[in-house]
Amino acid sequence: MTALRHTWFMIGRQTRNLLREPIWIVILLVQPMVWLVLYGQLFKNVTRLGGFGTTSYITFLAPAIVVMNAFFGASWSGMSMVFDVDRKFIERFLATPASRASLVLSQIVRSSFQAALQAIVILLVALALGVHIRTGVLGWLVILAVAILVNSAFAGVSQGIALLARREATVIALANFISLPLLFLSSTLLAQAQMPHWMRAISDFNPVNWGVRAARAVVLPATDWGSVALHLGYLAALTAVTAAFAMWTFRVYQRSL
Amino acid sequence: MDAIAVDGLRKHYGDVQALDGVSFSVREGEIFGLLGPNGAGKSTTVRVLVTLTHPDEGSASVGGYDVVRDAGPVRRTIGYVPQESGIDRRATGRENLVLQGRVHGMSGRALRERVEELLGVVGITDAADRIVEGYSGGMRRRLDVALGLVHRPRVLFLDEPTTGLDPEARVAMWEEVGRLAKRESLTILLTTHYLEEADELADRLAIVSQGKVVVDGTPGDLKSRLSGDAVHVELADGQVEDARNVLERVHAPVEATLADGRTLVSRVPDGGHALPGILSALAAAGIPVAGVSVHRPSLDDVYLHYTGRDFATEDRGS
Repeated sequence: MTALRHTWFMIGRQTRNLLREPIWIVILLVQPMVWLVLYGQLFKNVTRLGGFGTTSYITFLAPAIVVMNAFFGASWSGMSMVFDVDRKFIERFLATPASRASLVLSQIVRSSFQAALQAIVILLVALALGVHIRTGVLGWLVILAVAILVNSAFAGVSQGIALLARREATVIALANFISLPLLFLSSTLLAQAQMPHWMRAISDFNPVNWGVRAARAVVLPATDWGSVALHLGYLAALTAVTAAFAMWTFRVYQRSL
Repeated sequence: MDAIAVDGLRKHYGDVQALDGVSFSVREGEIFGLLGPNGAGKSTTVRVLVTLTHPDEGSASVGGYDVVRDAGPVRRTIGYVPQESGIDRRATGRENLVLQGRVHGMSGRALRERVEELLGVVGITDAADRIVEGYSGGMRRRLDVALGLVHRPRVLFLDEPTTGLDPEARVAMWEEVGRLAKRESLTILLTTHYLEEADELADRLAIVSQGKVVVDGTPGDLKSRLSGDAVHVELADGQVEDARNVLERVHAPVEATLADGRTLVSRVPDGGHALPGILSALAAAGIPVAGVSVHRPSLDDVYLHYTGRDFATEDRGS
C-alpha cells in the first residue's frame, strides 16, 4: 500500500514538472501525428502488394504507430532517472521512509501514462483520416493496453540501463541502438507476408511486433481474439520481467553509494 | 542514552579507505561537529548514519536504532540535509516540502500547517510558490534545512551546511541552526571544514583526519589543552635544521613544519614575550627570516597539534 501511495506521489511530481514545460507537451502530442501522416503518405500505395488485410494503408498503419510511439517514448524514459540520480533527488529520498519501489515504478508508470495519452491522440487523428476501429470500445481498450504494456516493458529496460550507467549518453546510445532494428524487425510498416522469411521468423520474438499484432488485430477484419489475448499476455509477462530488472538495478545503484 | 553512537566504522571505496575506525558519541540535545578537511571521511560517516550506505565493519546507532538492522525506524527519526541538496529544482519550495512530508506519512491540514510554519522559520515564505530554479544559493540551503525538518525529526544531520554560501549567508545560517536546535529540541550532527564554524556552533566536536577521529571534546577544551601560543617562523633560505636547533636553545621547540617546507611552528607560553628572543637568536646565527607571526590557540592549532599537518593545506590538497 505504502509503495502504491508513494508511487502516486512521485507520478504526481513528474507529471506536474512535465506540464510546466509546454514545449514538451507540444512535442509529445504533435510527434505521433507527424509519424502517422508522413508514413501514411509515403507508403500509401504499398497495400497493392497484398497481405495487408485491407486496402487502406492508413488503417493498417494507425494501430502500429501507436505501438511504435509507445516504444520510442519508453526507450528514452531512463533520461529522467539519470537526471534525478544526478541531482541527488533519489538520494534525498533514500534517507526517508519513501518506498524504494516507488522511486523506480513511478518512472515506468508515468512513462506509460504518457504513451496512453499519445495513443488516444493518434487514434483520434486516425479517425479523422477515415480509419474505422471495427471492434469499437473493446478495440480502443486493447490498443490502449498495448500502448501501456509495450511502453512499460521497454521503460523497465531503459530505467535499468539508466541506473546501471547513470549517464545520459549511455541511455541515448541504447535508445538509438535498439529503436530502428526493432522497428524494422516488426510488421509496423509492412505486412508480415511481405517480410523476408528470416525477418518474419525473428519478428515472432520481437515485443514490438507482439504489440503491433494485437493492436492491429482489433482494427482489421477477422479479429483473432485468442491471438490478441496471447500477445497481451506475452507483453504483460515481459513487463513484469523488465520491471524486476529495473528494481534489481536500483539495488545495484544503492549498493554503489 | 546517546542520541548517536558510532563504534569503529570502517568503509572503503575501491582502494580508498574512507573510514578507518571512526568512533564517537553524541548526547541528546547536543550540537556536535565533525570537523576535518575535504576527504577526511565526514560525509561518508554521515551517509552511514542516515542509512544511505552500509559500513564494511563497525556499528552505529541513531536514536537507539541500529543503522543497518533498523534502517526503517532510523529514517523516521532523522532529518538529513545533504551536502548536495537533491531539491527538485523544477518544483516550487512549497511543493518540495509537501512531497517530503507525504513520504513521511503526513497529510491534509497537519502537513499544510507544518509546511507554512517551516517556510516562515527558515524565512522563505515570500518565495514559497516560486520555482526553486530561481532561488539564490542561500535560499536553497534554507529550503534544504526545512526539508530535513518537515516530519519533526529528533536528530538532524547537516552535511556542510554553509559550503558555497557567501560570508553573510553563512553567519545567517549559523544563527538559524542555533535557533532551530532550541526551537525543535533537536540533536544536531553537523560536518564542516570551516574551523570557525565548528568553533561557533558546536557544543562538542570531533576532529576527523584520514578516516579517523583524532581527538574530541568541547572547542574550549581542545584549545586549552594546547598550552600557550604558536609562533610561525617563515625562513627566507630554508635552513630548517639550523633554525630548529636555534629555536630549541631559546626554549621554543619546533612542533611542526608546514607544507611549504620553510615555515616552522613553535609552541611557547607567551608569544609576544618570546618573539624578540627568537628573532635575535636567529639573527645572531645568521639565519634570514622572511616572516613571523604569533597565533593564539585556535582550532587550526588543535588540528596541527594532533595531526602534524596544516589544516588549510590539507583542505586544499584534496
